[in-house]
Amino acid sequence: MTLPDLLMLAVLVLGGASAVLVVVARNVVHAALYLVVALLAVAGTFLVIGAEFLAWTQVLIYVGAVVVLILFGLMLTRAPIGPIEADSDNRRLALATSVVLFVFLATMIFRAFGRTELPLSVTRTAALGEVLYVHWAFPFMSLGFFLTVALVGAIILARKEEGEGPEPQLDPEMATERPTPAPTDTSTTPGVTKPSEEITA
Amino acid sequence: MQAVYPLTFAALLFCVGVYGVLARRNAVLVLMSVELMLSAVTINLVTFGQIAGDAVLTGQAFALFVLAIGAAEVGVGLGIILLLYRNRATVNIDDADLMKY
Repeated sequence: MTLPDLLMLAVLVLGGASAVLVVVARNVVHAALYLVVALLAVAGTFLVIGAEFLAWTQVLIYVGAVVVLILFGLMLTRAPIGPIEADSDNRRLALATSVVLFVFLATMIFRAFGRTELPLSVTRTAALGEVLYVHWAFPFMSLGFFLTVALVGAIILARKEEGEGPEPQLDPEMATERPTPAPTDTSTTPGVTKPSEEITA
Repeated sequence: MQAVYPLTFAALLFCVGVYGVLARRNAVLVLMSVELMLSAVTINLVTFGQIAGDAVLTGQAFALFVLAIGAAEVGVGLGIILLLYRNRATVNIDDADLMKY
C-alpha cells in the first residue's frame, strides 16, 4: 500500500461515515455540520487524485458558501434545533433502494475497473485555466450568465409579495396543522383571487 | 492508486444521497442529500477524466460546471423552501401536496 492509497482510504472512511451521519442525524444543525466533513472529504479526494484547483474550489464554494446558505435556510424556516420527528413512512423502502443500488454499483465498478490503475499526475491550475479560457470559453461564459439568472430568480422567488400567504404560526402545535388563512380584503383588490382559497382547495 | 477507491467513494455518496432524498421529511435535509449526490457526480467526472487523460481536461471542466450548477440549485431550492414555509408554515415535504393527484 502506497501513501496515496492510505490517504484515499482514510478519506473514504471519513467521508462515508459523515455522509451516512448527514442522513441519519436526528438534529438538523448536526446534519449540516456533518455535511461540512463530507464535502471536505470530497475535496480531499480531488487533492489525492491531483485536481488541485477543483479541490480548493470545492472548499470555497461548498464548505464556504453552500453550507452557510443551508444554515441560513435552517434558521429562516425556524427548523427545530432539537431532535426532529420521525422520518417519512417509506424509510425501509428507501433503505432497501439505496442498499440495492450500492451493491449493484459496487459490483459493476469492481468488475469493470477492478484492475485499472489511476495515473496520479497533478493538474496545474495554470494549465486548467488555459484550457478553460480557450477550449471551454463559450460554455464557461454561459455558465456565468446562468448563475446570474439563477440568483436573480432565487431573489424574486423568495421576496415577499403584497398580501401573500399567512404569517407562519409560532405555536408548535399549530405549526403542524394547516395554517389559518389570512383575511384578504377582496373589496380593495378586485381582480385578485384569495390565496387562502387555493391553499385549502 | 487503484481507480476503484474514488469510484467506490462516489457510489457510496450517491447511494447515501438517494436514501436521504427518499427518507427525510425536512426539505432542507433533502437539499443536503442532493448536494451529496452532486458531489458524487463530480468525483466520478474527475476520476474518469484522469483515467482517460485527454488534453483539454474535459472531466475537470465538467466538474467545475457541475459545481456552479450545484451552487445555483441551492440558491433556487432555498428560495422555493422559504416560499413554501411562508405559505404553508411547514418545511415537511409530505405536506407539500398541492399538485398531487
